[in-house]
Amino acid sequence: MTRNSDQPAAVKNTVVSIAGWPVQRVFRLLEYPFSKIQKGVGIQGMPWIFLLPNLLFFGIFVVIPLFINFAFSFTGGTELFLSNRVYTGTEQYRFLLECETFGDPITCREDRFWKGLYNTFVFVFFQVSFLVLFSLITALILNREIRGRGFFRAVFFFPVLLSPVVVALIWKWILLRDGILNAFLVSIGMDKILFFVSPEWAMFWAVFVSIWAHMGFYTLILLAGLQAIQPDLYEAAEMDGTSKERVFWRITLPLLWPNLLVVVVLALIKGVQVFDEVFVLTGGGPGTATQFIVQYIYNTGFTEQVQDFGLASAASIVLGVILFVLTMLQLAVTRARDNG
Amino acid sequence: MLNFKRILATSSMVATLAATSALAETELRMMWYNDGNESEVIQSIIDRFEANNPDISVVIDVVPYKSIMESLPIQLAAGAGPDLARVTDLGGLSKYYMDLTPHISNSDYWEASFGPFLDWLAPDSDRISGFMTQLTVTGPYVNKTFFEQAGVAMPGDGATWDEWAAAANDVAGKLDIPIPMAWDRSGHRVSGPAIAMGAKMFNAEGEPALVDDGLKEMTQRLYDWHQDGTMTKELWGSVSGSSYLGANEDFANGQVVMYMSGSWQIGQFSGTIGDAFDWWAVPAPCGAAACTGMPGGAALVAMKDTKHPAEVGKLMDFLAQEENLAEFYGKNLFIPGHLKLATGGVDFATDDVRAKHALSTFAGAVPKIAPTAFDLQGYPNNRIMFNALISRLNEAIVGELTLEQAYVRMEEDIAKQLAAKALE
Repeated sequence: MTRNSDQPAAVKNTVVSIAGWPVQRVFRLLEYPFSKIQKGVGIQGMPWIFLLPNLLFFGIFVVIPLFINFAFSFTGGTELFLSNRVYTGTEQYRFLLECETFGDPITCREDRFWKGLYNTFVFVFFQVSFLVLFSLITALILNREIRGRGFFRAVFFFPVLLSPVVVALIWKWILLRDGILNAFLVSIGMDKILFFVSPEWAMFWAVFVSIWAHMGFYTLILLAGLQAIQPDLYEAAEMDGTSKERVFWRITLPLLWPNLLVVVVLALIKGVQVFDEVFVLTGGGPGTATQFIVQYIYNTGFTEQVQDFGLASAASIVLGVILFVLTMLQLAVTRARDNG
Repeated sequence: MLNFKRILATSSMVATLAATSALAETELRMMWYNDGNESEVIQSIIDRFEANNPDISVVIDVVPYKSIMESLPIQLAAGAGPDLARVTDLGGLSKYYMDLTPHISNSDYWEASFGPFLDWLAPDSDRISGFMTQLTVTGPYVNKTFFEQAGVAMPGDGATWDEWAAAANDVAGKLDIPIPMAWDRSGHRVSGPAIAMGAKMFNAEGEPALVDDGLKEMTQRLYDWHQDGTMTKELWGSVSGSSYLGANEDFANGQVVMYMSGSWQIGQFSGTIGDAFDWWAVPAPCGAAACTGMPGGAALVAMKDTKHPAEVGKLMDFLAQEENLAEFYGKNLFIPGHLKLATGGVDFATDDVRAKHALSTFAGAVPKIAPTAFDLQGYPNNRIMFNALISRLNEAIVGELTLEQAYVRMEEDIAKQLAAKALE
């Protein structure tokens, strides 16, 4: 009996030793250069050596372009290379930020920038609020012992796997004048609705489609948080006869708070950066009703005959500042909570 | 013996491969977009060139039109553009074009064949940079079958825009057609009718002056037509900025009575609509000043950053030959951008009476095009004006601006972009 039960373990060890052989060889090969490096930089310096590939990647593709972008925002003209561009000082920022009344974009010199900013805030407010709410409700339901739980988890996560362009095209076909939704409305005796002609409808669908596409991802984060809560707590509450509402407010929500915070911050940052889905779905229209800040940057830098890289860079720096403030806010909230 | 044979076979294979690669030592890249299947037609012509010039191979990179408008300028600015490209922003990209004159065999032929169009490609010089792959004229198509079914007489030659709008509304009302009139969402498309209403587009000094009474006449009509349902806001209103949006699919699907577009749709309509209904090109409707559309077109141009100017010149010389262009225009149902061929030297490859009628209608419209329209087409910064016009007019149509506010913004947008360009 003992011998039989030992057999699988022996097989496992053999498999591990065979599979591990090349890994061991590689590590042995690396041992010599790494011990040399360690002698050179000391044990304290080794973390930097391991971080170096990532730091290089981040530096080349994020930090350096960030500085180039910053430099571009102080130049004008249409030349592509920085060395050929004309230094204009803070003119691009002055142009962007010049307004008679900041609450009314039409009074601003660059009205489309302000409309983009205003639309982005409206979108982020509704999208993040409802995204977090629906993700939480879905996660709570999928955390319960319901029939077909695995299937529903997959169903809710599936849209996350789709490309934003595919998502937008699918919904565009549903919402067009002769789309499926209007066909349904006509079949129940209603009139067709031109969803992309009304600013309110266009914004509604931009928010709706964005939530539909991303909810699965945030639901997954919250589900992981819910599953990490000790069942003993719920059992104790049940034994005490605590109501379900009280359990939710006193146990579930406080223990889920770190995950909720991550969801809110990620959704906020992704919301401010929204572009591809809405661009394909509404094209920014009607008029400028769903034209967000990133689309303004894209239009200014690429679609006009005069590709105004300087102005587009200045606008992207402003966007960067907004994202920075949001991130700092998140850090402050996290720290405040950690400190009790 | 066997080894010797193997060595011999391998050596001859290597030698053949080496010889082949040595022969096609120059590769030219041509960036191209399609309205229909033009790339197949040009490829068949290029195949003949390559057969006669085994040392040159030409690779056609077919890209979406959007890439021509947005990516190509950046590639050219970075010095990483193609050797040749098919473009529609003819004057706007002219600083990147090369002068073919030293590399072509007979510049007199080019001058005689493409004379006025060469100025569009090189507004400030006598350079020869390319040739027109098609000349286009904007103008309307109507669904003639709808007019017959509704029993409404089609307005004749010389009818005004108001008369056409009334007739299109009449037909749509009788047959319950959702869109009486649709225009491509493009400043270029609006400019012809605006000039017909008396828009001058330039001031006495030749500087752009978009907003005047003529332009206001036309834009007020477009605004009103969108409010009273003659035009649907779904087309122009459903996107923002200067994005182009065509109504060709709505027209082809029988959703539109009258469609303002241009001659480049002929080949596509011949293929997609065929004889499903009578799609009929009609002469440009009139305004107070003229009955005109806008000229335009696409050109194949050579880029100055090419590393193979002599080979590019050789290829362009070949493609610009009269018989090759006749084949290209004929198979694609394009109005010739070659002066001799424009006078009837092209055998259009179609038996479709609607296509033939459309070709003759648009070709017949060329002499009636107002001089202002030619000036505007030849102005290298015309896209700045077109984009300001369409984007701000659209914002007025959907109610974000009043028309008066839109006019002020149009002027400001143009001034801002011209100022940015002046910093070059």
